[in-house]
Amino acid sequence: MKVDRNLSARVEATVHGFITGLKTAFGPGNRVSLISYSVLVVVLIVQIYPLLWLLGSSFKPTQEIFGSVSIIPREFTVRGYIRGWLGIGNYVFGRYIYNTLLMVLPTIAGSMASSAVVAFGFARFNFRGRRLLFALMISTLMLPNTVLIVPRYLLFRMLGWLDTYWTFIVPAWTASYPFFIFLMVQFYRGLPRELDESARIDGCNSFQVLSRIIVPLSRAAILACGLFQFVWRWNDFFNVLVYINSVEKYPVALALRLTIDVGANVQWNNVIAMSVVAIVPPALMYAFTQRYFVEGVATTGLKG
Amino acid sequence: MNRAQRYHNMGYVYLIPWIVGFLVFQLFPLGYSLVLSFYKYPLLGEPTFVGVRNYVKMFTTDPNFMQSVRVTFLYVVLVVPTKIIFALMVALLSNMSVRGVGLFRMLFYLPSIFGSSVAISILWRSMFLKRGLVNSLLSLLGVPAFPWLTSTSLALPVVASLQVWQFGSSMVIFLAGLKQIPTDYYDSARIDGANPWQMLLRVTLPLLTPMIFFNVVMQTILAFQDFTAPFIVTNRGGPLHATYVLGIHIYNHAFTYFNMGYGSGLSWMLFLVIMFFTALIFRSSRRWVHYES
Repeated sequence: MKVDRNLSARVEATVHGFITGLKTAFGPGNRVSLISYSVLVVVLIVQIYPLLWLLGSSFKPTQEIFGSVSIIPREFTVRGYIRGWLGIGNYVFGRYIYNTLLMVLPTIAGSMASSAVVAFGFARFNFRGRRLLFALMISTLMLPNTVLIVPRYLLFRMLGWLDTYWTFIVPAWTASYPFFIFLMVQFYRGLPRELDESARIDGCNSFQVLSRIIVPLSRAAILACGLFQFVWRWNDFFNVLVYINSVEKYPVALALRLTIDVGANVQWNNVIAMSVVAIVPPALMYAFTQRYFVEGVATTGLKG
Repeated sequence: MNRAQRYHNMGYVYLIPWIVGFLVFQLFPLGYSLVLSFYKYPLLGEPTFVGVRNYVKMFTTDPNFMQSVRVTFLYVVLVVPTKIIFALMVALLSNMSVRGVGLFRMLFYLPSIFGSSVAISILWRSMFLKRGLVNSLLSLLGVPAFPWLTSTSLALPVVASLQVWQFGSSMVIFLAGLKQIPTDYYDSARIDGANPWQMLLRVTLPLLTPMIFFNVVMQTILAFQDFTAPFIVTNRGGPLHATYVLGIHIYNHAFTYFNMGYGSGLSWMLFLVIMFFTALIFRSSRRWVHYES
């Protein structure tokens, strides 16, 4: 509810700001801001129109999807949703959503926990080799996934993990997504060290410092890690394509690809309806938590 | 060892998960793929040492390698500058202190949330089909339809446009940088009689160079590896290999033909190319990146 009111207040402020913007833009000697305003509006249309068109088209019959620029369907139908939901690879689409969650949720939990812990080690302790290890960790940020995927595939094959979600969960619990460690280190550095010191004087050991002082103060940053990981895992296609190969275990990304990988006979209204289903969870997540994303990108980008 | 030192040595304990992950899921794979790149290794057979033959093969008998390198370079050149200029422009414009610009920014970032996911790639494919949204829009303007996805010269720009559409995260980084510029810089520039254009060129842009640098490095690394968009939008790198990026070439050899040795060689080649260009950008940064002392 609170978020709802926030959103409507924002919309109001935007409309208000837009009008004031236009007033000042059309006022004397303000040509620059009129131009900037128009540019921003054009960019906004380019960003949002395709998404609205996708949403609108998901309620159109296939023949109306093509050759039309309209967002609102002339003939409204939910057949695409029904057939798409029931008709991909012998499972209902809900199965693929369930699979994705089964894969993504433990991965998120692992990333949040492991990076909160590891970043604490990097940010709050002075031990020999810390700088070197930190530099190593940072350099893995730039290590391309593509160069690791063949040997990881062989490793997972040897461990018998292929076609299971362990291929994502175990690396997450061992902090193999360095972006999140980096994000947490940046955040911890902003917390005053005096907090740790005084907790230690009160007799806390380092684990208590972490669990009672640092983690409660870092909820927002830890949540940001979880949100990023959710969106990235949800959207990921390359890794699941390589590691997961039985249809009963397919996440949403692979199920969608099944719908379009059928040669010329693509059932566009089913495909588009299921694409909408696939982008709804990240969209909702973003609508309710967008401030964490923006702050997350800004913190890590800034000091990098 | 005093108490403080003993406390600080606890740091190692907290690093254990990362050290395990680093050794098992990063360092070992990196080394192992280098070793494999000197072997012929069909997944169901035994690896045999072939020396540098995999690397020779890329430049001699592999008909698609050079094509994929060419496509990848062109793709990076299309994506990175456009995306960053776009992000910078929008960040500068939306940095104006007009109320409500927050919602603008939120919506600008929205496409980046969906990333180059399969769903968005499907959207792009449907938009650029012969009777898709883009041609329908053009016909409203009286422009004839383009064969976007079947033309060897248009297909790559179409795929690249999907990346440029996702300029949101670069924009957010620029906005954060803009916020950090102290306002008295502008005040003193104004006292010196600078016009807005001069302020942009002499104050804003030089102070943003660290963010430009960061974005160029990250976006270059990502663009070199892009896979989903060319795989889905143009159906595995078509037409006639016009969008056949190195990522798809690696995928085909490693996971369609299961040549683990050659696939590793190709991915090391990609790694070397990325390292070379990252190093080049780092080296050039001394000339153009301005760090405040």
